[in-house]
Amino acid sequence: MMIRARLASLALALAAACGPTAHAASGWHLLNMTPGVTEMSRTIYELHMLIFWVCVAIAVLVFGVMIYSLVKFRKSKGAVADVTLVHNTQVELVWTVIPVAILVAMAVPAARTLVAIEDTSKTELTIKVTGFQWGWEYDYLDDGVTYFSHLDHASNAARQLDSTIDPNTVDNYLLNVDHPLVVPVGTKVRLLITGADVIHSWWVPAFGVKKDAIPGFVNEAWFKVDTDKPGLYRGQCAELCGRDHGFMPIVVDVRTKADYETWVKAEAAAQKQAAAPADAAAPAAPSAP
Amino acid sequence: MADHALDAAHDHDSHDHKPHGWRRWVYATNHKDIGTMYLVFACTMFFIGGAMAMVIRLELFKPGMQFVDPQLFNSMTTMHALVMIFGAVMPAWTGLANWMIPMQVGAPDMALPRLNNFSFWILPFAFTLLLSSLFVPGGAPAGGWTMYPPLVLQNGASFPMLIFSIHMMGASSILGAINVVVTIMNMRAPGMTLLRMPLFVWTWLITAYLLIAVMPVLAGAVTMLLTDHFFGTTFFTAAGGGDPVMFQHIFWFFGHPEVYILILPAFGIVSEVIPTFSRKPLFGYEAMVYAVASIAFLSFIVWAHHMFTVGMPLAAQLFFMLSTMLIAIPTGVKVFNWTATMWKGSLSFEPPMLFALAFLFLFTIGGFSGLMLAIVPADYQYQDTYFVVAHFHYVLVPGAVFGIMAGVYYWLPKWTGHMYNVRLANWHFWLSTIFVNVLFFPQHFLGLAGMPRRIPDYAVQFTDWNMVSSIGAFGFGLSQLLFPLLIWQCVRSGAKVGNRAWEGAHGLEWELPSPPPYHSWTEAPSDALIARGASH
Ligand SMILES: [Cu+2]
Ligand SMILES: [Cu+2]
Repeated sequence: MMIRARLASLALALAAACGPTAHAASGWHLLNMTPGVTEMSRTIYELHMLIFWVCVAIAVLVFGVMIYSLVKFRKSKGAVADVTLVHNTQVELVWTVIPVAILVAMAVPAARTLVAIEDTSKTELTIKVTGFQWGWEYDYLDDGVTYFSHLDHASNAARQLDSTIDPNTVDNYLLNVDHPLVVPVGTKVRLLITGADVIHSWWVPAFGVKKDAIPGFVNEAWFKVDTDKPGLYRGQCAELCGRDHGFMPIVVDVRTKADYETWVKAEAAAQKQAAAPADAAAPAAPSAP
Repeated sequence: MADHALDAAHDHDSHDHKPHGWRRWVYATNHKDIGTMYLVFACTMFFIGGAMAMVIRLELFKPGMQFVDPQLFNSMTTMHALVMIFGAVMPAWTGLANWMIPMQVGAPDMALPRLNNFSFWILPFAFTLLLSSLFVPGGAPAGGWTMYPPLVLQNGASFPMLIFSIHMMGASSILGAINVVVTIMNMRAPGMTLLRMPLFVWTWLITAYLLIAVMPVLAGAVTMLLTDHFFGTTFFTAAGGGDPVMFQHIFWFFGHPEVYILILPAFGIVSEVIPTFSRKPLFGYEAMVYAVASIAFLSFIVWAHHMFTVGMPLAAQLFFMLSTMLIAIPTGVKVFNWTATMWKGSLSFEPPMLFALAFLFLFTIGGFSGLMLAIVPADYQYQDTYFVVAHFHYVLVPGAVFGIMAGVYYWLPKWTGHMYNVRLANWHFWLSTIFVNVLFFPQHFLGLAGMPRRIPDYAVQFTDWNMVSSIGAFGFGLSQLLFPLLIWQCVRSGAKVGNRAWEGAHGLEWELPSPPPYHSWTEAPSDALIARGASH
């Protein structure tokens, strides 16, 4: 810990020396969706690229004809209008039928993927996710682990209107939390998503999961991170939920199965212990609402 | 002066009955006067809504909060949308309908002139109410223009102001739409059959039916919000047996047809401008009419594509994906027909044509991203990101707004009798077209890279493209100032134009003098005139 803190302060000092522009990682290369770290997110990515290239091909064709017309049929170049060209059943049939075929070709893989996404059977771990104004609550239903997850202090200090802190100097500005969601790799994790006050939406792009957190209703979603991809994955609330909607990020800490087991056991024990003395000390007190 | 003498014969009764001073506007029953008021109102709202967009892009210029509180930021996005949709684009279309439909169908005026006056004069009150909510405790509505509960119920004093102003806007739209339908159905000159009507009239007729169908639905939805808030009902509260998602279904049952309400009249204008400057009749006139009608029909069965992430049954998601994809077919037909109209034409590039061409290219880009958004699994990644913001701004700004500008540049010489400053109009066009792309194209990148919409601040990796987008916004905003300047100049002075201001223009409005007489067609146009106009 000491070493990490030293390194962080060193990085900060360096950043201050170089100036914010030198420190800030360039964002020019961020042009597209990323394939993510689950099989499903890669399938979605491929679907996205498929539609994208189909659109590009149609665009090249249609814009090509338009631009050709703009160049070729100019009055200033002496073009004379062919006023008889007002209708052509064959051509009109062709440009109705071909798009139908293209749409069917796109709809089939899309429907297949959707069916797979909706299959929440055979899940191995269930976590209840509750969005609230403004943060997330995670409840490991089978392990007795519950905790809240908020925007971390560094980002929160820097994002205030009167703050003098340069966001570029903050580690993962607005994408860091105090307590990340911890899950194991290679495990089909089911999320039961709901909202406490207004509607939120739990979104982690690298998993291809976005699902609304609606008060009074429980939505399901699932993901299974590749075995070789432990790490930190970040997302944000994706449904306008009030003043601090922009400030309720999601961080998922994906660990190896062994690491996860150790963590969840330790966490469960700690929470049990934290709860126990309170119960013992005040046996007569009614349970808190 | 000579022109004036010539016009006098046709104009004699107009001078007799035209009221003067403030009465002409407050008691207005003339379709042109009311059309003018609608257009001036829309232009004013366009700049007010634009100023709010500037606040948004200023705050998003770089990471960190610099100018506004997050709550005010949310108010700005909410109010920007409401003002632009209900204050700028919709009244602009009604203004154009008022000016053009009687002239285009061979009528003296709109069918219901006093209703026309009323439907306009509701609007200033509706927007005074809405905009004054900026100054009440708790601030203006900040829950998004979509007004989703339970969030919208957290608005303070502004909540009932929001609901009542929506009621008023809805009433105004419905009355305007009824007037359009009645005018088109009853006031057409003999010989002006439905399939001889110009496309602008056709698209407006269908738009009017959409308005009559869905504005009451919106009114119902917001009334349920009102009773949930003040009278203890629980339509949208799960704790009382209600369902917050039901609001979204009802809202988008209005909301999707609403996007066609905003864009269909633009289809009509482009379908008139492109033939004029290609000097060739519109390709596939009937196919165009049927395509608009099918788009209107489909618009009623696609609404849930705005809410794929709420957790609908698989079958419902598949249905809404497929029905949404179907819209690509009639939309494709329209784009192909416009392209075929230019094919073997004799093209020239006056300002209305330039705006129509920009519409053609950029609306098509918005169509492509729309198709991508229809694909449910991909939509899970796009939903509520800047990709969606880019998509609907491509269809609404270079789509609907450029359509309005094409219409104004097309008919302004007819309205005023003067040609405007074409050089200035070209400047307006090129600056608008360049900056609109600088503004909105990078938002595709931001959305795909993971930036959610409706956030006042963002992670630092999104800085570069946000800066580009903001620069585009400032450029676009400033270049719009040329528009009222140019119109003002044109009204005051400019070279006189004849009846047919554009060489290739067809249609009854071009058979009238420029400017047209106060009561457009006091005598029904002859069949020969109608046939000459409907040259398809
Ligand atoms: Cu939220
Ligand atoms: Cu829609």
